[in-house]
Amino acid sequence: MHQRDMWFKNEPRCVIHGRLIRPSTTSSRLSVILETLLFYFFGTISVGSALMMVTRRSPVIAALYLILNFFALGGLYLSLHAQFIAFIQILVYAGAIMVLFLFVIMLLNLGDEKKLAEKISYKKIIGAGLSFGVLMELIYVLGFSTASLPPSQFEKATEIGTVENIGMQLFTTFLFPFEVTSILLLSAIVGAVILAKKKLR
Amino acid sequence: MDLQSYLLLSATLFIIGVVGVIARRNAIIVFMSIELMLNSVNLSLVAFSAFLGDVTGQMIVFFAMTVAAAEAAVGLAIIIALFRNKQTINLEDINILKW
Repeated sequence: MHQRDMWFKNEPRCVIHGRLIRPSTTSSRLSVILETLLFYFFGTISVGSALMMVTRRSPVIAALYLILNFFALGGLYLSLHAQFIAFIQILVYAGAIMVLFLFVIMLLNLGDEKKLAEKISYKKIIGAGLSFGVLMELIYVLGFSTASLPPSQFEKATEIGTVENIGMQLFTTFLFPFEVTSILLLSAIVGAVILAKKKLR
Repeated sequence: MDLQSYLLLSATLFIIGVVGVIARRNAIIVFMSIELMLNSVNLSLVAFSAFLGDVTGQMIVFFAMTVAAAEAAVGLAIIIALFRNKQTINLEDINILKW
């Protein structure tokens, strides 16, 4: 909190309409509380909707829960001050990609699955047990580790996530990956058209 | 919130996606679980980016999203082609590559 107040005082961008906005300690504390609340709110929604997505029989309902999950992740990105990524998440994932999924599900006219898992084989049980073990391991490593992370730069995060900064980086440092992306998308379009064609000649 | 909380949330979502891929037999739901795993990794990248004050994580998320869009287009085209040939997208019945 002290760091955040220092940052607000030293930051010239906080001058809006000629007035220096100097948040008091209470508002800074409020923002920390709000961030915690938002994390738990969106985190609960995302985990709950992911579980619902995996366990639904109907693919349409599963896709709708996945859209809810994407919205919750967009909210988490916003609370991490990644504005551009949050809006791209909503536009591209929840908008474009999930519309494509729903379109294909409705085009194929799939019914519900009869049973969730047709045969519960030992392979599935071993797989689920192993992934649960990996989750426990990750929780142990992440939750109880005393590894020294570099000092948190969370105060800088509002500046780095803006459209301006992302665009600047995209066309300077990451120009080559950006151009490669266009080739990738072109080949994906060609591949999708050829695969979905009725007959190849 | 600290970095660990976001990483724990990301790990939880990833493992839910892994269980979806392992346990479900509907190809579209398996595909959506893969999207869930991609998104959980994006979440940890954005969290690292925010807490380390580095824009590179968000750039990787941007490129991962374009790759995911291309992957969704090609994957759904494959599912449509499979459905046209076999009239099913149950992964138990699709075994022409099985050894």
